[in-house]
Amino acid sequence: MSGKSRRDFLKKSALVGAGIAGLSTSSAKAGPKNILSEDRMGVLVDTTVCIGCRQCEWACKEAHDLPAGDLESYKNREVFDNMRRPDHTALTVVNEYSPGKSSNLPVDVKVQCMHCDHPACVSACIVGAFTKHENGAVTWDTDMCIGCRYCMAACPFQIPAFEYDKALNPKIMKCDFCYDRTKEGKLPACVSICPVEALTYGTRTELVKIARERIKKDPDRYVDHIYGEYEVGGTSWMYLTSKDFAELDFPKLGNNPAPGVSESIQHGIFAYFVPPVSLYALLGGIMWMTKRRKELDEEEKL
Amino acid sequence: MSHDSYNPVPVKHKFFTPGVVGLIIIAVNGLVFLMGRFFFGIGSVTNLNNQYPWGLWIGVDVAAGVALAAGGFTTAALGHIIHKEEYHAIVRSALLTAMLGYTFVALGVFVDIGRWYFIWHPLIMWNGSSALFEVGICVMIYLTVLYIEFLPIVTERFIGRVNLPGILSKLNKPVDKLLRALDRGLSKTMFVFIIAGVVLSTLHQSSLGTLMIIAGPKMHPLWQTPILPLLFLLSAISVGFPMVIFESLIAARSLGLKPEMHILSRLGSMIAPLLGIYLAFKIGDMFIRETFVYLTEFNTASVMFTIEVLFGVIIPLRMFLSTKVLKSPLFIFIASSLVVFGVLINRINNFVVAYTPPYSSSSYFPSYGEISVTLGFVAMLVLAYRFIVLNFPVISLPGKATAPKTKYTIRGIK
Repeated sequence: MSGKSRRDFLKKSALVGAGIAGLSTSSAKAGPKNILSEDRMGVLVDTTVCIGCRQCEWACKEAHDLPAGDLESYKNREVFDNMRRPDHTALTVVNEYSPGKSSNLPVDVKVQCMHCDHPACVSACIVGAFTKHENGAVTWDTDMCIGCRYCMAACPFQIPAFEYDKALNPKIMKCDFCYDRTKEGKLPACVSICPVEALTYGTRTELVKIARERIKKDPDRYVDHIYGEYEVGGTSWMYLTSKDFAELDFPKLGNNPAPGVSESIQHGIFAYFVPPVSLYALLGGIMWMTKRRKELDEEEKL
Repeated sequence: MSHDSYNPVPVKHKFFTPGVVGLIIIAVNGLVFLMGRFFFGIGSVTNLNNQYPWGLWIGVDVAAGVALAAGGFTTAALGHIIHKEEYHAIVRSALLTAMLGYTFVALGVFVDIGRWYFIWHPLIMWNGSSALFEVGICVMIYLTVLYIEFLPIVTERFIGRVNLPGILSKLNKPVDKLLRALDRGLSKTMFVFIIAGVVLSTLHQSSLGTLMIIAGPKMHPLWQTPILPLLFLLSAISVGFPMVIFESLIAARSLGLKPEMHILSRLGSMIAPLLGIYLAFKIGDMFIRETFVYLTEFNTASVMFTIEVLFGVIIPLRMFLSTKVLKSPLFIFIASSLVVFGVLINRINNFVVAYTPPYSSSSYFPSYGEISVTLGFVAMLVLAYRFIVLNFPVISLPGKATAPKTKYTIRGIK
């Protein structure tokens, strides 16, 4: 896998090399703050199990000190009339779609940050305010962020949200995989409240195995695709469904990590500062020569 | 010694005209909306949302602003590095345009970021894999370099003319001495800054193109290409001279000066090859990636792309090939304006039009507040330019050549 994607980047960056000297063979690895542990955790979302009770939305708000309201009010299914996206008031939302194959029940899809293995936000952030942790979570640091919103432009899933109505200390809001809870050995709030076990928390490797088994056991129930296994280089959250992922508003993405191309260009231009320093030396040389020539010309005239 | 047959002087002209009053009104209008942004948040004056995090301010104030300030480093390279002294007469006004341009780019960033009071964070918090970090650091350093490059103009204005009021007049002599020392130091070291300015410009002009690459499929394939950094650099280089011509002719007109057509025509003759190289890469990239299929569709993207390439590159390219155009102040102005327009549209296209987020229910169009702030910044820039050329020796008046002066010497060569 990594060998293949590496070749791909080199191929793409060879094009760029036409204009930029000294392009290095840097790999697609994200910055130093991306710790990809073998035992990183993830969640498998089985949308064929989800009943759209939206208790996860409530639990998420409670866990993140957001106004959550009454749990009863989440029984209102009218919210499904419009597609909703996570924002600064709700870090996760459930959307409902028409039934898939082998069932006449609607398909409910929980949406939140996918916690990519090679996150675009971590690579893009101007100050490195995002971190991919050992346990799989991608979190954001309020003390560093300058509010430039480049993470939002970069995210392939369009997840980070910004508090546009705040004049001071607007935050970037997104699912943090309940980093504070899992640190204490607790489950993420959404996983722990789910009444039908649509969400399975475990190591990513284990979850891929479980997902494969489910598809194998019940091929009529599932589309043969684990969304997130390979998309943008793999994500910590993965999905199983009974219908085409495109119909459920999952973006169609390739298997190369989102930051791959930009990082190989970036590291190429700045390979150990050789290209900028060489350019400086070259221009200095030209300046010295042209100046010298002019002076020699003038001396001859005298 | 070299013979610099130019003599920049503060232009003698009155500051206020009806046009200037109009600009002040536009600037004040922009400031009113800026107050809204600082008191009630970005959402209160812009149409930005979670789908469209970047809009007019990033596309025009920052991206186009950086590109259109490219006249600074292109003329510095031509005048000081390749040492074509005949262009020295326009180097100073190009430098002033770049200095003001980048100042307003920095202001544009300042008002667009949510936490403006943390704008200094990139200085100590580094993320080497971020293209934006590269742009940010380079622009900060380059802005400093531009101020340093401008300092000799300030010292020249005040040396021997320091006249502080009242009790401060005792300081006249020490200040004068200080200025002279500064001037001497600067003229010995200036070459370091001039080369640094060119290197920093090539770096961040290209990295500005790397910015949107990470958006991947969210960006329309007509613009999304791994050679974006190269295209941004080439277009910045080809807009440098047109911007100088554009600005010189407007300044000449507004200040009642005779345009320096002999220099502008020669400058203009270099534009066609530069535009040609840019066009070749742009079209070549289109054919390699086979994106011309998107031009058969009729939508905003295809129309904007056609306008950008046809009016912004192809037509001015053809115009600059004609001697008649190069000799005529009117035609060279039109051709230069088209290139400026083309690069402006290109940056808007790259950052706003091409960006199609996956879950947007409606497309983005800048709000009245966003447009007001952008126009306000442009008006303030023009006013600052006018104030500076009326008070500092920036613009050279033809036929007034006096003592030659080598401003930028290289240590070791006498």
